[in-house]
Amino acid sequence: MARVVVDVMPKPEILDPQGKAVQGALPRLGFDGVTEVRQGKRFELEIEGEITDERLAQVREMAEKLLSNPVIEDFSVRVL
Amino acid sequence: MKVGVVTFPGSLDDVDAARAVRHAGAESVSLWHGDHDLKGVDAVVLPGGFSYGDYLRCGAIARFAPVMSEIVDAAGRGMPVLGICNGFQILCESHLLPGALIRNDHRKFGCLDQQLRIENNRTAWTSSYDEGAEITIVLKNGEGSYVADEPTLDRLEAEGRVVARYLGNPNGSLRDIAGVTNEAGNVVGLMPHPEHAIEDLCGPGTDGLGFFASVLKSLV
Repeated sequence: MARVVVDVMPKPEILDPQGKAVQGALPRLGFDGVTEVRQGKRFELEIEGEITDERLAQVREMAEKLLSNPVIEDFSVRVL
Repeated sequence: MKVGVVTFPGSLDDVDAARAVRHAGAESVSLWHGDHDLKGVDAVVLPGGFSYGDYLRCGAIARFAPVMSEIVDAAGRGMPVLGICNGFQILCESHLLPGALIRNDHRKFGCLDQQLRIENNRTAWTSSYDEGAEITIVLKNGEGSYVADEPTLDRLEAEGRVVARYLGNPNGSLRDIAGVTNEAGNVVGLMPHPEHAIEDLCGPGTDGLGFFASVLKSLV
């Protein structure tokens, strides 16, 4: 059993209104000096058996097909 | 003439869409997200709402509903498909239309009577309008900001595939785009709601009826 993490982030050129809202809230709580916030998603996948290159390729396919929308988001895959 | 209206778990505007279909003079046929056949319909409307609770991304789960594989196939064969609001998001997630819809730039849910200009009246869903016609229909969404990369936007403009543009941008949509079509002109995605503007009794007028009248004309 292994855990694979897929991080999904809005592409840099795509406006991230949620990140902006969080950034706007931070100074109101007294946290200064944060110049940008980008909000993304983290998926943790429990994978049966050993993690092979083939399995990782499958996870990348999942990320491309479902977990992210390549039009607006980038993703990265790593094994925990 | 049969126009199917799909209900996904979380669809809201399927009843109004079916009513608009009947108001325009066609028979409306209810399609369920789990259906594997389209019950012999001549066209399909994907209505607004929050299919699958907007989980993951708007339209991301609905795209894989059994009925959607039938619709993608039928759209490829030229069947008219109109996606309204959440339906537009589903069409983008299905790659039937380019681009994506993200959260409104002002971060608020907008609900208003919205003016649009019909930019392309050669699609299956807009042929009843004059090109350049200015219409007012309802806009109501939280994630209606249309985005695509610059080359895609340039291609859409060059090929005349921007179907409708906002007059006064309500949500940050790039190039004021409110709706786009595919290359063949049978698939149209539109963020505002024509089905809520088909009668004078409620809503901002009857400007929305043309979308449903158009498809009837295209099917004759």
